[in-house]
Formats: sequence, C-alpha cells, structure tokens
Amino acid sequence: MEKAIKKWFPLFALPTLVSFAIAFLIPFAMGIYLSFCKFKTVKKTEFVGFDNYIKAFSGDKDFLNALWFTTKFTIVSVITINLLAFVFAMLLTKAIKGTNFFRTIFFMPNLIGGIVLGYIWSMIINGVLYYFNATITTDANYGFWGLVILMNWQLIGYMMIIYISGIQNISPDLIEAAEIDGANAWEKLIHVTLPQIMPSITICLFLTLTNSFKLFDQNYALTAGAPGNKTQMLALDIYNTFYGRVGWQGVGQAKAVVFFIIVAAIALTQLYLTRSKEVEN
Amino acid sequence: MRKFKKVLASTLAGVLAVGALAGCGESGNNNNNSTASTASTATTDSKVDTSGVKSIYFLNFKPEIADKYEAIAAKYKEEKGIEVRVQTAASGEYEKYLTSEMGKSDPPTIFQINGPVGYQNWKDYCANLKDSELYNLVSDKSMAVTDGDGVYGIPYVVEGYGIIYNNAIMTKYFATEGAKAASMDEVNNFAKLKEVVEDMTAKKAELGIDGVFGSTSLKTGDDWRWQTHLMDLPLYYEFSADGNSVSNCFNAATLDFKYADNYKNIFDLYTNNSTTDKNLLGGKTVSDSMAEFAAGKCAMIQNGSWAWDDIKKGGVVKEEDVKYLPIYTGVEGEEKQGLCIGTENYFAINSEVDAATQQASIDFLVWLFSSDYGKNAVINDLGFVTPFTSFGENEKPSNPLAVELLAWSDKAAKGDCKSVEWAFLGIPSEKWKSDFGASLLEYVQGQKDWTKVVDDAKTSWASERNA
Repeated sequence: MEKAIKKWFPLFALPTLVSFAIAFLIPFAMGIYLSFCKFKTVKKTEFVGFDNYIKAFSGDKDFLNALWFTTKFTIVSVITINLLAFVFAMLLTKAIKGTNFFRTIFFMPNLIGGIVLGYIWSMIINGVLYYFNATITTDANYGFWGLVILMNWQLIGYMMIIYISGIQNISPDLIEAAEIDGANAWEKLIHVTLPQIMPSITICLFLTLTNSFKLFDQNYALTAGAPGNKTQMLALDIYNTFYGRVGWQGVGQAKAVVFFIIVAAIALTQLYLTRSKEVEN
Repeated sequence: MRKFKKVLASTLAGVLAVGALAGCGESGNNNNNSTASTASTATTDSKVDTSGVKSIYFLNFKPEIADKYEAIAAKYKEEKGIEVRVQTAASGEYEKYLTSEMGKSDPPTIFQINGPVGYQNWKDYCANLKDSELYNLVSDKSMAVTDGDGVYGIPYVVEGYGIIYNNAIMTKYFATEGAKAASMDEVNNFAKLKEVVEDMTAKKAELGIDGVFGSTSLKTGDDWRWQTHLMDLPLYYEFSADGNSVSNCFNAATLDFKYADNYKNIFDLYTNNSTTDKNLLGGKTVSDSMAEFAAGKCAMIQNGSWAWDDIKKGGVVKEEDVKYLPIYTGVEGEEKQGLCIGTENYFAINSEVDAATQQASIDFLVWLFSSDYGKNAVINDLGFVTPFTSFGENEKPSNPLAVELLAWSDKAAKGDCKSVEWAFLGIPSEKWKSDFGASLLEYVQGQKDWTKVVDDAKTSWASERNA
C-alpha cells in the first residue's frame, strides 16, 4: 500500500502542483522580478536594480505613514475581535435557547463583501456624525475607529465559530475533574478552557492578524485614505502608487514585496509563538 | 525523507516544465509582435485588408454614455459584421483599468489618452495616425496630440465648463427688493458675482433654495471639479503669458501658483454659499450636487457640457433656463473671459495589435464620425460637439449645455471673449491631483491653512514632475 502511494503520488499530485505553479509560484517570481524593473505593462520591462526600493522609502512619507497606521489598526482590531469573539463563543456554548439562531446571525456579516460593507458603514457612520456636523473624513481618528468597528462587525462572527468548535471539543471530564478539585469559574477558564483551545486561538490570531494587515476593500470603500492619506493602509497605498503615478508601477511592486515580507514575518512569528503553547489532548 | 525528496524533485521538475512552456509561449508572442509592427509600418500608406478581423475592443472613458455606445456597437455589427466590444471604466478609474487591460493578451484596440501627460504614459502603445482617415477628418489639426512628426491622439469631442446657473431662480432674485444686479449681463467679474451670491444667500428662504451653489463635492474620487477643473484657471493665467498654456504647463518643472488667491476667492465663495455645511462636504459626490441642481435646490453649480443628462433626470429645471457663466476669480481683465473650452478626450489606437485590427479600429471610428447613422448617434445620443469636418453647420447637438457651449465658442471666435484653454492637461500626475484634492478637503474642514495648501501644491508639483 505504502509503496503504491509512493509510486503514484507524483502523478496524482502533478495537476495540483502544476496549477499551483502557474497560478501562484510563477506570478510570485515575476512579481519579485518586476519590483526591480521600471515597467508599464508586464510585457515591456527595464531592469533598474534597487531603485524602486529606495524610492518606496524616500519618495514620499505615505508608505511609512501607512505602515504605522496599519500597525496601530492591527493591534487594536486583533485584540478587540478576539476578545469579543471569545466572549460570544462562551455565551453561545452555554445552554441558552436559540444559540444556533444567534450563531447564524453573528456569522452572517462575514458573508458580505468588503466593498459593500465599506459603503454601508460609510453611510451609517456619516449618518450618525451628521448630527455632530461632521463626516468620517473630518478627522483621521473617525476613520480609524470606523475601520475598527467595521472590522469587528465583520470578523467577530467567524472567529466566534472557530472558538465555539474549540470550546465544544473540550472533554467534560477535564471540567469535571477541575470542579472536583475545587476550581472556581475563573480558574476553570484560565487553567482548563484556554490551554485546551490554544489551537483555535492560534488560527484565530493568524486570521485576524493577516486580515487586518492586508485590509484593502473596506479601507478603500470607507475612507479611501481621506483626510489627506491619513487613513491609508498599506494595501491601499500600494494600489495608489501602482496606478496613480506615471512610471511608478515598479515602486508599487517594490512596496508590495516589502509588504509581503512584513506579513509573512509577522504571521510566522505568531504561529511559532502560539503553537508552542498548544497542549496535546 | 526519501518520499519528501521525491515530491520535491517532481515539483521542481513540474515548475521547470511549465516555466519552459511559458518561455516558449512568450518568445512566440514576441515574434508575432515584431512581425506585426513591421507589417504596420510597411502598410500604413496603403489600405490594409481587414477582412480577417472579427472583433475590436473599445475601452470607453465616459460612464455616463456607456449604454449608448453599446447600441452603436450593435448597429455596427449588424452593418459591417465586426464585433465592437465596449468596456467602460468606472468614473476616475480609467487609467487603472487601462493599465490592467493592456497587460492582457486581448488588449483594447481603441483607448483614450487624456492629453500630453497620458501620451507620455502610453507612448509605447500609441499607433501613429498621421496618415489615417480619422486624422484627415479633424478640422483643427493643432488640437491633436503630436510628438515630432507623428500624430498619436485624435480629439473627438470639444467640451466646456463654467458655472451653470438656473435662470429661473436668477430671474426670481433679480425681481427681489434691493437686488445687486438687474440681469446676468451685469455679472461679468468676480466682485459682482460675489455681491450677487452673498445677497442671494441672505435671501435664500425667499428664493426657495438651500444655498446658491451645489455642494462642493470633496469625497475622494469626486473632487475632480476642484483639483482639476477649477485649478485650470490659475494654471491658465500663470502659463498663458507666453504662448500655449497647455504645453507651457506640461513643460513647467515648478509651479509658482501666482493666482492662488484667485483660486481661494472662488473656492471660498463656493463653500461659504453652499447648500451644505463645510464640515459635511467630505461625504458629498458629484451626483449629490448635480441632484441638488436638478431639483432646483441651488441656483448655480460648476460643471460642464457633459452634465445635461444629470440635470434632465431631475425634471424640474427647464431646458431654456440652463445657462453658463464663466468662472470669475478676480483676475484683472476677466470681463472678457469666456468658458473653459478644450478636450481631454483623445482616441489612440493600440500599436501592439496587428495592422489589420488597427485599421478595423480606425474604420469603426471613421464610420462613427462620418456615416449618417453614426453622426446622428454622436449628435443625439452621445451629445458630442465634435471637432470633425464631417459634421455640417446644422449637425450640432441640441441639448442646452451644448448649445450654450457653441454660443460661447462663437463669441470667442468673434473676439468678444477669450476662452480659457485646458491648461490642466499639463498637471504632472494623478497623484498631484488627489493630493491637492485631499488638501482642499482639509482646508474646508479647518485643519490646514491656505498657505500650507499652496505650499504643498508647489512641493508636490516639483516632486511629481521629476518622479
């Protein structure tokens, strides 16, 4: 059996590997190459070395501003999303009526596309701010918190589902044993539930961290960077660099490569750190 | 471990194989391209056989008339058997859309460049149209985008903008007690305009309007009326001193912004006498403000000849009440100033596609601007005032904004006024425009001083020009 798998594995895996190469590896390699080129469309390129990378950091302050804004946004939204999602998950695993109904409702925002959400929330937020004679673009802080609220609203349901499945997988024996040992609710949470759901925490942190860092649609539709590019996140800055300036496509590409490295580094570090805390069942 | 090595080996082999295939494909393409381009240079003088061409691809710039182009394309297919694929980019997204479409294997064959800056951006893709029938049709050859001996962009519509006003409301105002003027003829400079507008604001309840001007839409992407169109006036006055303002502006390494105060004059007048409070302007779109005008909630709005459909939709403003006023900013001698008339709409033909398709694309445009059906569609559906000789004296659009535009350009031709050229075509980049728009928003929200707005505009000009 094992021999057969060994023998035939390459053949059966080949279609997937080839499509993976076509749809992912080759464009990725091309993308990295293009970040060293001046180009308009991918057919005509001219190699310029590290020029694009120098321009990305020295050309304007937008990239660094966007990096700082994105970092702040990510920290705040990762904390709030995971805390709230966990609280909801705890509530909805108690024996209350209609838990399935609530789970479905909470999950639904996740099914709506980012652009649509952005426009809907810009109407809601502008509608509220109207009474204070302001709009979401009046102050960069409004845009920041608007994005945090939007992101929370969208992602909490999804993360909640993951936490719920983690909580439901905890063996009742463990809880019972803890109760017999005289643990109170708080001690049960800290010493039984949390260590047991570490795999869920790993995946939720990973998803929220990368999604917040890579946020584009919502940012584009909610504030589009206004006022004065102060609420512009990295992905949007890359998009605007790539398309908004004559001859800056390569710089946009260079920013995208830097962006990739940052996201990969953060995500891998986080995976390593939380994985090491996971316990065997 | 051995298994892992095997998988790795086969993966790598697969990648190499695909890479090699892709490599072959690419070199094949390159060959095609080079033969195509030699063919096109060899055959420009004699008419190319287009019988093999099944479809051409037209990337439309004007979303407001997208459905009308579809109808024209259907008719062309019926008559000539060539399919015209029409794609339209959303407002403000043309450059982005064009960039991504151009990278595809089936790129647009007819696309649009917005003047000298657009040409710089796309010059590797613009076919030389010097010997084409389309260029022959252009009445004023100096309007085309040229480079050396070549002609690369063909203007196809003449547009104008200014302050559009609703004459019914103005008449009502002139009848009020203590009106600052007796008719619009007296309003021929900024000082008078300001006086009238401020008096109207004081009497807005009596006039039944929410404000004199429609919202100064400053939402990102909807701010082009200010960062591009209104900006044209200071640019024109700064760069028209010696010669053509468009090319001077395009070649200017720096911007002095000498007429910044004039810009501030009119911009403040707009925002201080608006239907909408200054702090709420960041959420307003062009459609919002056009809707206000169309519903008769404001008396004036800055926009151009393309806006008629938006006004008509409201059903309140009568055709004969729609008039233009030049944008006065307080420059000396502006009593003689006319509308801002020009074009940023130039057709270019993709030089990367084969010669037959290029010719078929040109044929379509020639058909559109010279056949009876095509001309009728251009006048009545598209509503274009065209610069082509194929249109007779009576073949002009009948919508009031086009009629007014023609009246003003006649006046300019007679020397009674001087049209303002579209110097903004020389603005260095989209980035400059969006940054200036963002600055204006911060200025109306009271977060940025005017001097800082001006300084930033100058700094950004220099850095974008050299970028």
